[in-house]
Amino acid sequence: MAKLRVGVVSPEREIWSGEADMVIAKTIDGEIGIMPKHAPVLGVLVEGGVLTVKRGGGESDLVAAVHGGFLSVADNEVSILAEMAELGSEVDVAAAKDALQRAQASIEANQEDADAAVEAKRARARLRAAGEEVG
Amino acid sequence: MGAQLRLLRRRIKSVRSTAKITRAQELIASSRIVKAQQRMQAAVPYEREITRAVTGVVSNTSSVDHPLTVTKEQPTKAAVLIVTSDRGFCGGFNANILREAEALSTLLKGKGITPVPFVVGRKGIGWHSFRGREMGGKWDGFSDNPSYTHAKQIADTLIEAFSAEDGVDEIHIVSTGFVSMLTQEVAVKRVLPLVVEETPEKPDTPLPYFEFEPSAGAVLDSLLPRYVESRIFSALLQSAASEHASRRRAMKSATDNANELIRVFTMQMNQARQAEITQEISEIVGGANALADAAAGKE
Repeated sequence: MAKLRVGVVSPEREIWSGEADMVIAKTIDGEIGIMPKHAPVLGVLVEGGVLTVKRGGGESDLVAAVHGGFLSVADNEVSILAEMAELGSEVDVAAAKDALQRAQASIEANQEDADAAVEAKRARARLRAAGEEVG
Repeated sequence: MGAQLRLLRRRIKSVRSTAKITRAQELIASSRIVKAQQRMQAAVPYEREITRAVTGVVSNTSSVDHPLTVTKEQPTKAAVLIVTSDRGFCGGFNANILREAEALSTLLKGKGITPVPFVVGRKGIGWHSFRGREMGGKWDGFSDNPSYTHAKQIADTLIEAFSAEDGVDEIHIVSTGFVSMLTQEVAVKRVLPLVVEETPEKPDTPLPYFEFEPSAGAVLDSLLPRYVESRIFSALLQSAASEHASRRRAMKSATDNANELIRVFTMQMNQARQAEITQEISEIVGGANALADAAAGKE
């Protein structure tokens, strides 16, 4: 079966690139799964989403926290243009937990704190990417 | 010790300490160029992908009617983003940019468009405030090591100015492009209204016909600002690399000049010392002769 060529890039660096069987990302409309020979798509990714790349061939899945950005699919090439992204294996779990707690505390103090809501979403995505359970 | 000799010694000492500073600056700059170049390289994939995505969207939705792509028939105001450095010691780097920015302003004024400068870098800000020119926005403190957050701030301000009712109708960037270690060129680019730069690779293959999630409008809404951010970020990175390159070059020639000066002064100093010694000897000989003559006269 044909494979997908996947590139995860952020403005400051290329985060990961390689081949995969399937890519699962979360757009504003909902989760989208891309397999080889998918029609060209350009999607807007949600803030604090988790991206899963199924590499197949016995290799473990690649999980990354992706904050905003785009997904573009064309010609068996998948590019994830993330404003910020972090591989699950690179996430500092303690720091993310800390950030989540702080964000939740400020949301409790002020219900309309939009920054904190975003902050909480990001922290959750990072924790999920790292394989931690979050409520 | 002769006055001239002392003077020369003092000058050599001061030139030598200046040379030490310029030499250190040169070394710092050369080590930072490498880093800046790496960051430039690292930003390339994102820029390439986003350009491709924008080209894809704009070229296959010909009916696209987004505020950021519309060219006004009668533009009256244009934002000019001028990217300069925070520190001097870099030769003609800032002078070149400011000259080019002035030329652009004159050109725009000739077309009946009022230029509004938005300035990055302390040097450019100083230049504008010294002349009492009003700036639409100013940012400093990161010219030698810009991050994406900075580019985002700048882009937000510019896009806001562009979208405002009574805002600017065009956005230009004047910045230094990093061609190679030895060549940096000041370039003027128009960012908005959008002129999508064609990707150089595979110009013959038709671009894929995209589906949009959730819709073409929504995708454009978030894609175009990112595209502008990425262009500004790339300008900042290139400008940072160029700044280091021209600083290295300026400091290298300063060091060379200082060494040449030291050489000349050392020669002059040696001459002066020789002259002094010769004079001293002839004074002693003269004195001795006079003493000998006086002694001979007594006998």
